[in-house]
Amino acid sequence: MSTAIKVENLSKAYQIGKIGTGTLSRDFERWIAKVRGKEDPFLKIGEANDRAVKGTSDVVWSLRDINFEIKEGDAVGIIGRNGAGKSTLLKILSKVTSPTTGKISGRGRIASLLEVGTGFHPELTGRENIYLNGAILGMRKKEITRKLDQIIDFSGVERYVDTPVKRYSSGMYVRLAFAVAAHLESEILIVDEVLAVGDADFQKKCLGKMNDVSKGEGRTVLFVSHNMAAIKTLCPHSILLHNGTVSKMGKTAAVVNHYLNSNEKPMSVNVITEAMRTFSTGEAFFTSLAINSSENDNSDAIAFNTPIAVNITIDSKKNIDDFILDLKVVSAEGIELSHSQSNFDQRQAYKIGEGHTSFRAVMENNFQPGNYYLSAGIHHSDGATIDYLENVLAFEILNVGYDNNDYTQNWKHGYFRPATIWEMTPQ
Amino acid sequence: MNDQATQEWEIMSHRSLLDLKLKDTWAYRDLLWLMVRRDFVSYYKQTILGPLWFFIQPILTTVMFTFVFGRLAGLSTDGLPQPLFYMAGITAWNYFADCLTKTSTVFKDNANIFGKVYFPRLIMPLSIVVSNLVRFGVQFLLFLLVMIYYAFNDAAFQPTWALALFPVVLIMMAALGLGAGMIISAMTTKYRDLAFLITFGIQLLMYATTVIYPLSAAPAKYKWLIQLNPMTSLIETFRYGFLGKGDFSWASFGYAALTTLVMLLLGVIIFNKVEKNFVDTV
Repeated sequence: MSTAIKVENLSKAYQIGKIGTGTLSRDFERWIAKVRGKEDPFLKIGEANDRAVKGTSDVVWSLRDINFEIKEGDAVGIIGRNGAGKSTLLKILSKVTSPTTGKISGRGRIASLLEVGTGFHPELTGRENIYLNGAILGMRKKEITRKLDQIIDFSGVERYVDTPVKRYSSGMYVRLAFAVAAHLESEILIVDEVLAVGDADFQKKCLGKMNDVSKGEGRTVLFVSHNMAAIKTLCPHSILLHNGTVSKMGKTAAVVNHYLNSNEKPMSVNVITEAMRTFSTGEAFFTSLAINSSENDNSDAIAFNTPIAVNITIDSKKNIDDFILDLKVVSAEGIELSHSQSNFDQRQAYKIGEGHTSFRAVMENNFQPGNYYLSAGIHHSDGATIDYLENVLAFEILNVGYDNNDYTQNWKHGYFRPATIWEMTPQ
Repeated sequence: MNDQATQEWEIMSHRSLLDLKLKDTWAYRDLLWLMVRRDFVSYYKQTILGPLWFFIQPILTTVMFTFVFGRLAGLSTDGLPQPLFYMAGITAWNYFADCLTKTSTVFKDNANIFGKVYFPRLIMPLSIVVSNLVRFGVQFLLFLLVMIYYAFNDAAFQPTWALALFPVVLIMMAALGLGAGMIISAMTTKYRDLAFLITFGIQLLMYATTVIYPLSAAPAKYKWLIQLNPMTSLIETFRYGFLGKGDFSWASFGYAALTTLVMLLLGVIIFNKVEKNFVDTV
């Protein structure tokens, strides 16, 4: 089999912090360096993209010296934590942004789906949007006309196809958008986490379609997902990215295993900045918050049915005798699912002194696999709030357990999966 | 499109400055028409008066200009009926100004879509220019109606052979607006300050163009400055063609054509250069 995509020494640097101030002088500096044939000063000072470490420069390498090759007809999963560089890689492959150094060469048309429904206009009807979206994705008008019936059929919104999409439910919208993308004629298909939207039934349909594309039609697929089960069923090979470098690549089972058990430095230590606070009196405040799997403090990949550990650091300006912490798990839809408070079950309020104090909370986890948020608060025991961070951390319960079993279901109802004992009772 | 199936491609950090992706843009020509259609449909759907707005603005501007510059200030209109004179200027100027302003914010307005999917970015400014053509068409129709009215009322104007240059003038106005707009749009992605200057700048530029006065009435001291502006020549040609009054010379027309070409080329080059990385800074 020949090579479909070849990535060589690919790097991408981003400037973080304020863009705008000082750009003119920086641009001038870079220009001088270029004219004198020296190395770009902007790039010399870059560092690895590790959110946990406070950087000394305002340039980070989102990707650094990435090398890999993908064979024609292969389906490759790209996994890694948030911020590992997955999206950047896809953006470069999709030609949305260009690399800082290095190059990618390949063969065949690329269709990339970084988002479903890009360019959909709410005022236009479903049919009009199929044309518009198809054209944005690179289809010719006659190509779309030829496939119109198939697209409408796949989307399952026949009845509403002449209704403006602003009247669509979000589910219908996503169905239609994916249907357009699924019918692109291309040799290489790049898909970012688009399957996270839509109901489980439709997700299954999408995965089925992608399976057809890679196995049936022999097209090359690159698939980014947090859904380990989907990656496992769809992709024979995977690439694990970590801090912008390839940390492991090879057979999917081995890569996923490595990911779940990796003892790399946690990425999920989040330094809390002022902008993240929903409310604060300033008496005491969170300085960092980290979610980990309780089994392995060095990993933020939370396996199914494994307790969640939250490491908290606070800073207090004075002694507080009735100090209470609380944690809420919130669903992706914004529903508060659980509430844990440090003085529940007859426990006393903490007495804390001035300065930094650390806490660790280990929470039972029988959440369904999926995406959740964590809200955290500091209160007085009478309930008066001192500091509150709403939906401050996003985390995911994987659909793979630590026993490495796959806990995927074809459908998902509700948010919890309480352990249940079933028996057939005699009449 | 099957020839693309086995086509080899490369994504590199640097691209030739002169690689304008025109071939790529041509391949996406269907998108251009669909974008124009989208603009048109969405424009109607959000208004009560709909296409009437196309008329209201030039009519009110003409009435105001006639009152302020014609009656109060008593500026010359080269012996032409004032409403007709102003309307000719406004119709042409509006098209140029619309192309320029809309193009200058093209990156900001489309940041979302540009960040998610690749297509030749040039499609967007091009679709703006074509969309504006619809609006221009409506205003032009209005201008023709006013012309017919005055023709029946024995006003002193006479279309000339330069009428034949009208399509060229139109294309040049579009190209000039497009070129200047693209240069500005590229710069506003990094230096937002420029965006504030645009609306204001366009208004100033209008007074440096022969919209509210004929070139013949311009003070001799500043005449060269006004002539330096390529839009002056275009509007003068437009007026000369339709109304028979205006300063037309092949020299100034040639100068305008050259400036337009340079602006357009420069605009496309700069636009293409900025386009590949702007997603990171917006």
